[in-house]
Formats: sequence, C-alpha cells, structure tokens
Amino acid sequence: MAKGKRPAVTRSLKERDAVTTRKIVDLVALVARNSLAGKEPRLEIPTRTKGNTIWNKKRGILEMGDGVAERPLFDLKTAKQFMQTMLHSSTIKDLIAAQKTSSLRGVFYKAKHTVAGTKENTFDTQDESDPILEDLEVALGALREELHIFAENRGSMVGNITIVDKGDEIDCRRMGSGGYALPSIVEPDVIQFKKCEAKFVLHVEKGTVWNRFNEDRFWEKNNCILTHGAGQPPRGCRRLLQRLNQELGLPIICVLDNDPWGHYIYSVIKQGSISLAFESSRLAIPEAKFLGIRAKDFKECGLDDAVKIDLTENDVKRAKEIAAYPWFAQHRGWQREIDALLSNGFKMEVESLITKDISYVSETYVPERLKRKDWLE
Amino acid sequence: MTAKDAVMAEPRKKKSAPRADAESMAARQRDISVSEFFAKNRHLLGFDNPRKAMLTTVKEAVDNSLDACEEAGILPEIAVIVEDLEPSRPATAKSSRYRVTIVDNGPGIVRKQVENIFGRLLYGSKFHRLKMSRGQQGIGISAAGMYGLITTGRPMTIFTKPKVGQPTHHIELAMNTKTNRAEVTFDKEVKEFPPVRLRDLSSGTKALAEQGGFLTAAEFPTGTSVTIELDGKYQKGRGSVDEFLELTAIANPHARIVFVPPSRVTEDEEPDVLAAAEATAAAKAAVTTETNGVIVFPRGVQELPPEMREIQPHPKGIELGILLQMLKDYELAEKGGTLYNFLQERFCRVSASTASSMCDAIGVSSRAKAGDIEPPQAEKLYKVFQESKLAPPPTDCLAPIGVRQLLAGMLKGVRAEFYSASSRSAEVYRGRPFQIEAAVAFGGELAADEPARVIRFANRVPLLFQQSACSSFKAVTETAWKNYNLQQPRGGLPVGPLVIMIHMASVWVPFTSESKEAIADYDEIRKEMKLALMECGRKLGTYLRKRQKMRREGERRDVFERYIGEIAKAINDITGEDARKVYDALLKQARSRTAVADQVLDEDGKVLKDEPMDEDGVIVVPESMAAGAGGAAAPEAPAAEAESPPGKRRSRRATEGSAAARPSKPSKPSKPAKVDAARAELRARAAKASGKSSGGKGTDGPRLF
Ligand SMILES: Nc1ncnc2c1ncn2[C@@H]1O[C@H](COP(=O)(O)OP(=O)(O)O)[C@@H](O)[C@H]1O
Ligand SMILES: [Mg+2]
Repeated sequence: MAKGKRPAVTRSLKERDAVTTRKIVDLVALVARNSLAGKEPRLEIPTRTKGNTIWNKKRGILEMGDGVAERPLFDLKTAKQFMQTMLHSSTIKDLIAAQKTSSLRGVFYKAKHTVAGTKENTFDTQDESDPILEDLEVALGALREELHIFAENRGSMVGNITIVDKGDEIDCRRMGSGGYALPSIVEPDVIQFKKCEAKFVLHVEKGTVWNRFNEDRFWEKNNCILTHGAGQPPRGCRRLLQRLNQELGLPIICVLDNDPWGHYIYSVIKQGSISLAFESSRLAIPEAKFLGIRAKDFKECGLDDAVKIDLTENDVKRAKEIAAYPWFAQHRGWQREIDALLSNGFKMEVESLITKDISYVSETYVPERLKRKDWLE
Repeated sequence: MTAKDAVMAEPRKKKSAPRADAESMAARQRDISVSEFFAKNRHLLGFDNPRKAMLTTVKEAVDNSLDACEEAGILPEIAVIVEDLEPSRPATAKSSRYRVTIVDNGPGIVRKQVENIFGRLLYGSKFHRLKMSRGQQGIGISAAGMYGLITTGRPMTIFTKPKVGQPTHHIELAMNTKTNRAEVTFDKEVKEFPPVRLRDLSSGTKALAEQGGFLTAAEFPTGTSVTIELDGKYQKGRGSVDEFLELTAIANPHARIVFVPPSRVTEDEEPDVLAAAEATAAAKAAVTTETNGVIVFPRGVQELPPEMREIQPHPKGIELGILLQMLKDYELAEKGGTLYNFLQERFCRVSASTASSMCDAIGVSSRAKAGDIEPPQAEKLYKVFQESKLAPPPTDCLAPIGVRQLLAGMLKGVRAEFYSASSRSAEVYRGRPFQIEAAVAFGGELAADEPARVIRFANRVPLLFQQSACSSFKAVTETAWKNYNLQQPRGGLPVGPLVIMIHMASVWVPFTSESKEAIADYDEIRKEMKLALMECGRKLGTYLRKRQKMRREGERRDVFERYIGEIAKAINDITGEDARKVYDALLKQARSRTAVADQVLDEDGKVLKDEPMDEDGVIVVPESMAAGAGGAAAPEAPAAEAESPPGKRRSRRATEGSAAARPSKPSKPSKPAKVDAARAELRARAAKASGKSSGGKGTDGPRLF
C-alpha cells in the first residue's frame, strides 16, 4: 500500500496546547520587555512572498526561505498590523485556554471592535484578518490546528473508503448526492482511515463536475475515491489528498479545466503555493497526475466549435508565467501542453465534453485515458 | 466760454483792445503767495479729492505729533477723533462736513510760534536739516488747515500746553492766503487740557475715559490738540484713515493711538455695564481692539526709538544748484569764510587734507573765499565731488524700527501665525544714508487665496498710494517667493495668507512726487529691499517646511497613540504585564519618536516656543491659537464679559490684562523675538484656545483605563 507512510502525531493534545501557549507568551513577553525598556517593539515575521520561496527540486515541492520581515510598532506602514497581531495572539491564547476552536471568521469577529477613543476599527474586513493569522502561524511555527483555528468546510468526498472523524465512523460509499464535506482540519488525531478498497483518487475541479461523476457512480465502477475542492482546493482538501497518497499509497489523478487556472490548481496540488510554502511538506503531492482536459482534446475528442472560449490577454500572460515555473520549465510534456494551449488560442472547461454526451466524461473520456495512462505528471 | 468760443471770439476782441505792453504787464506782475499757489494746486499736496483730503489732514497732524513726541523723548499718546457734522446728509453725497481733531501728549508749542506753524506754509523746523523725521517740507499741517478754511470757511482750533502746570492756550486762527500769514480770531488761556468735550463724545469715549484709557489729564501733562473742520469723506478700505492708523500703529509700536471714527450713535446713550467691562478690557488690551465704536491701537513696546543725530550733507549727495546755494548761504553766514573751511564745515566726510586737495583740484588756493567761487569753478568742484574717494556718510543718523519692534508692531496689528523680520545695516544711495527693514506675517486669520498685502513705510510713515510705482513693490515682485514654499504668478505678488512690510529709513527719502506716496526706484535701494525680503522669506520657508513636517509627525503620533492602548491591553491579557505601565512606556516612546510635532509646545507644556526657528527675528503663534479667537473667555475676563451676548463682536478682543500677562521669567536679551507684549498676547490667545481644544494634541492620548 504505502511508500512513505508518515507516523501519526503522537504528542498528547494537552502537551501540544501547552507548547503553543508557551510560544505565544514568549513572543508577546518580548514585546512587553522591549516596551518597558524603552526599546521599539518589533515582530519578526517570516515572509510569505515569491522572493522568499525556494523550489526544492529534490523533494519536488516549494519551501519557504529564511527571509524575515520586521514589523516595528513605530512605523506607519506596520503599526496597525502590529496591533492586529497582538490582538489575534490574545484571541488564540484564549481559544486554547478555553479548549475551543474557531473559524477564521469567528476569530475576525472576536478581535473586531473600534479602537478605544476613535472611530477606527481594529479590523475592517476578514481579508485583513486572515493574513494576520497566517503570519502568526509562521511567526510561531505553529500549525493552524495548533492555533485552534479552522477554515470553512469546502470540497466533498465519496468513494470506497471508510474513515473515522472525531470518533464517528463514516462510510463514504453511503453519502447520498452531496458526499462527505471536507473539514479544514483532517489531521490523524481528527480523521483516521479505517478501511480502504479504492485504488486511486480522482480529483475534479469543481462541484458540478463532481456531481456528474457521482451520479454516474464512477467511483463504484472504477473502485476509487472521488473528490473536489471547489476551485482552488483549500488546505483541508489538499491535506487529505496528501494523506491518502502518502499513507494509503493512492495515486491522485486530477481532472481540471484546460486553461491557465486549471494548470495553476494542478501546480498547487503538486508543489504547493507561495503563500503557504511553509506548509508544503504537509500539503504538496509531487506525484499527482494531470489527466485532462488537454489541449489536444478538441481534435482528439472531435468537439464542437461552440466549446471554445477565447484566451484573454491575461490568460496568455498567466500561461507564460506558469510555463516558467521551475518545475514546469524542466518538463517537456508541460511545455508542449502549454504551447498547445497558446497555439489553440482558446480554452475549454471540463463541461465541454458534455457536448459529446452527458456522461461522455465519466464513462468514456476518463476511463479511456486511465487505461492508456495518458496523463501528465 | 468754451474753448471754441474763445477761438472764434479772439480776433474781434484783440482788435478792439490795445495789446499789453511791458508797462501794463508790470502792473500785474507781483509775488504769487505760496498759499495762493497751493489753494489752486491742492492736488500736489494730497488734497485731490474729499476722501484723500480727510486722510491727508489726519496724516499731517499725526506725523507732527509723533515727530514732536519723539523729539521731546515722550512715549506718544495720540487720539484721533473724526466727528460727523452732517449726519443727516443723503447717502449719495460725494462729500460732507467733518471735524477732525488730533490730540497728542507732545511738548506743546510756545505761544508765539502758533501763528507761524499753523498759519504759514513752508514754515517748519525740519526742512533745513538732514535728519530723519516724518515731515520734511514744512507744508503739512498749515496746508491741512488751509484746505479746511477754503472748503468750510471755519478757522483751525488749537489747544496747546507747552508747560506742565501752566495754562493752555486756546487759539483759533484762519490763514490769509494772500499774505501767507495767520489771522487769529480767538485767543484765550484756559485751564483744561485735553479739551473735556472730546471725552464726552459718545458712550464709547466716556467708558474708555472712565477707565483711564482716553484723554486723561494725567496722560497729557503737556501736548497739543489741533482741530480742523473740512469738507471730506470718511470711508473705510484701502487708502482710508483706518488703514493709515492701522499701519502707523504697526510701524510705531511705541505709540498708543486711540481712534474715534465718526458714528451716528446718539450722544445721550448711557454706557451700560457691558460697555464699561469692554472698555476695561480695551484699556488694557495688548492687541488692537474695537469696542463701542472706539478703536484702540495699544502700545507694543515701552522704548522710544533712539535719538537721531543731525548730519551734514555728503558731497556725493547734492546737486549743483544746491552747492551754489550752499556757497551763498555760507558767505552770508560767515562773511568771507574760506572754501577750505566751507568744505569741512558744511559737508560730512571732508577732512582738512581732502578739503585742500579739492581746492587744488579746481585750481584755487585754500584761502580763497567761498563767496568768490564762480559758477564754472563750482561746477568743477561738483565734478571733483563725484570723482573723489570719500568715506560713505555716517549712518548713526538713522533710527531703524529694529527687529524686535517690527515684530511687536506686526504682532499687535496683524493676526497671523508666523512673523519674521529683518533689519539690514545702513547703506548709501547718492551720498545719503538709508536703511531697509522688512517683515512678513503669514497664516492665521489672513486671507489664504489672495495676493499678499504689501505695506510700505518711509521713516515710519505709511505709504498708501501708488503702490506699483514704488521701489518696494518692485522688490517684492522680483523676489522669488517660490523658494520659500509660496505661490507666485510670474512677475506678480506672492499669493497666500501673507502680509509683507517694507520700511525705508533715511535722512532724505527719495519720493517719486511731492505727495510722498512712492519711493523712487534706485538700484541701491531696491537691492537692499530684496535682501531684507529674502532674509524674511528664508525664515518663513524654514517655518513652512517645519510646519509641514510637524503636521506629518503629528499625524504619525496620532496613529501610534491610537494603537498603543489596544496593544497594552493585549499584552496584559497574554502575559499579565501591567497594562498601565506598558501603555505609559509606549506612549513615551511614541512621543519622543514624533518629537517634532511638539515644537510649538512650550516649556510649560502649553503654547509658545520660538522653535522651529532658533533664529532671531521670528515669532510663531501656534496654529490652534491663531485660529482660536472667539472661543471661551479667558479666566481673567470679568464676569460681565463672559455673559455678553454672542452676537457681539468678540474676535479682536484681548481679555487678559497686560500686567497680569507679563511672563514671570525675565526674557532673554539674546532673543529679541521674545517680546513681553507678544507673549502676553500669545498667552491670552492660548487661554482661549485651550478652552476649546479637546482631543487635539493634548497631554493625553486616547484613554483606555
Ligand atoms: N503737534 C505738534 N507739537 C509740537 N510741535 C509741532 C506740532 N505740530 C507741528 N509742530 C512744529 O511745527 C512745525 C511745522 O509743522 P508742519 O507744518 O507740519 O511741517 P513739517 O512737519 O514738515 O516740519 C514742525 O516742524 C514742528 O516743529
Ligand atoms: Mg508736518
């Protein structure tokens, strides 16, 4: 079954929380000491930018570099973020103490109020709040679940597997039309794999396509697991795919749109993303495969002109950027694929295959390609 | 008869009447009296229209009063009263009858000189000497009296008290324009001075007099009061009596001037409690105030301008005609005096050796008599003057206003936020010493989008007309104000909340015309003016840049202070560290990091600091104060005032007594900018401002605890 099976986290939860709390207190105590000593308090936050992202060729994943950004209090550019970081530190410490978890949105609301004596809000939108939490993850070197934060459920799973989620046994064969909703925290202490017959995972881009495959009982006919991540898959989805791959040795096969966005999603699943490079070793699946849709499919499948969607200027730009990613730049197949997309001058969604037949994608296209092992890696 | 008629009528007339011959013409040839000449050419002396006639009358009398006081070493106390004698005239009337009275506490005039001074043109003490003074030609006051006589038929009324404890002369005189002599119509000795009548003119004058602020016998132990009735026009605005007095007050901060403009207020109106309270404030105020129709320009400094020395002309500063006249005068006075002595005695900077080498140069012996010098020789001498190397004339004959007094004058007269002044050292044009001073006032209540107001002075006398013909105006437009963070259209005045003052002090100010309205454009003079303006401008530029920085820093501080409370609280939640302690520590850091924002706060943590300048010649009124007039009454304000109705004009009132406002610390002599009165004023304004500024840059940031 598995090649590089990872040991489940063994540390007890209590111990883990004590460590996280310690980290927060240490960080903030330093701020307090500096303040009282008349020194300018400043936070050091590892930078989550392209410039601080390293391509680890050997492991085939993106990793975060050593770059650190200073966040001094007495600087107009960073003063507010400094304050926000302090507020979120406090919120998280409280969450841990209360043994509760909170959604990103919940944390945002907890810390949002008007600054005393002014009309200004500590946070205006959640978009301001989420990156501060990611900053804290990297600054503290703590995982999101260690901070007791989770994201909204996103993505679904169905297939020949039985799992245990917080002690509840879930048979993913019996999930009706909606499937098992993927939680954001899927660590072994929350989810364990009980019984798996599936031989691979078919991951599709979005819910509509997933519905098609589920309705056609694709997973039953092909003995697999079927997932989607509602567009760019969130961390919970990616982590689960990685666990299925690493712990159960299941190949991950992606069916995504034939456009730069689809290529990008594949890239994220395979190598990780820049903003979450620090999590790549938990999320990236270097062996993930890209089955389609391929640029050649318009001809090969004999599709109607109506399915063509013109590439925008932005698409062309994105395509060229992606072609230059180091892991694609070295890959002849991908260079050809992106060239073909550009010379086609149009893109295609997975749904375009419906013009052949409503179940063409699930009953003909994917099974044939799987058989031929016709995919990109 | 029209011109056309005259031409047509001429041939016939000429034929019938015999042509004039030398004999008959001689019968008609006679002296033209100066006064007759003036009566016909009054525009030459500033009486061209009713409004200007009113101004010129006030101006001549005030100039005389200031000159006389200064010469006698008395701090001038002057009252200017304009009474409306035809209050019921139609609104459209072009002119109307007024009675103008100027009272001073000067040395008075001895009885036998009264007719000469007030009844004769070209009679004065200042024409024959080279000494800085306001009047020059000796035409002034008698011309005003004559204008009054011509337009109303009424004589001048003079009260003058030349000796303390002695009676006052009450004289009325009319000038006989034919003879240029005065005819006295009334002559009596009276006890009172100043005339009591003036104190009871209105409720305003009564209230002020009761507070000791108007024409008290104690303040006027000697002095002169001149009253002229004239056909004139009183109207505010540019070129008005108001403006003249306002500017005079600025250039003469050592003078106290009370102005009672004409009003139609009925005289039986009783002064109420309110009026009394306001009068008390006005009597003690440090800035210009207007209460109950009486305007008080208070004294800004307590010292008189230094006494000026009289000097002999410099050889390079005279014309050939004058040289000839001087030679003649010398012969008359000295009867056979030598040229050698003449040169040394009647000129400055001519030593014995210079005198003999000059004699050599024109080929006469040094024993030659001055009276024997022929015009061609005089012309040679004149040329020698131009060519010889002579030391420039002495300059201690000049009395500049001085940086400290310039600032004091501007501060009480112009409501700005920033003041700078510069006093150049003396220079020479055409052998005449002169000295240029400039000051600028910026911001505060000045209009923001208009061209700068240029106020010009010659020997402390405001120049109100012909601005664009004046050398000073050119100097202003030629100065690159853009370098000092101001806007300036090409070749124009800078635009912004700005008042620019230029003063020229000289023993002989070169006016472009007899009416003394514009300074002639000599390169030497304009150059000095520009240098003085640049000096002021640089200080202003520095200030404006610092102010910008201060604002930015202030904003930064606001940001930091806002967040510190939140941070302290979070730190307390997480580590248990005392929030108050952390807050205070961080606040201290925030303050010191944005310290520039503090530079207007003074050592008491309140209002004034000469920073950002650290340069002499600058006063800064913190913005909050400059704009803060009209707020809550100062603590010292009498109760009645605090309750006065809101509709009343309050903005220009200073409520703090000058005595109470005197700073307790001795002012540092090294900083002339630290004027006592200025501080008093600033404090008064600060007291007002602090009443209303909450949540500003106070001592506390947002409170959490
Ligand atoms: N208010 C006054 N007090 C004392 N002396 C005066 C006063 N007014 C005028 N005088 C004397 O009268 C003289 C003539 O005055 P005026 O006709 O204005 O000519 P000017 O001021 O040009 O000398 C003055 O020089 C001065 O000596
Ligand atoms: Mg005069």
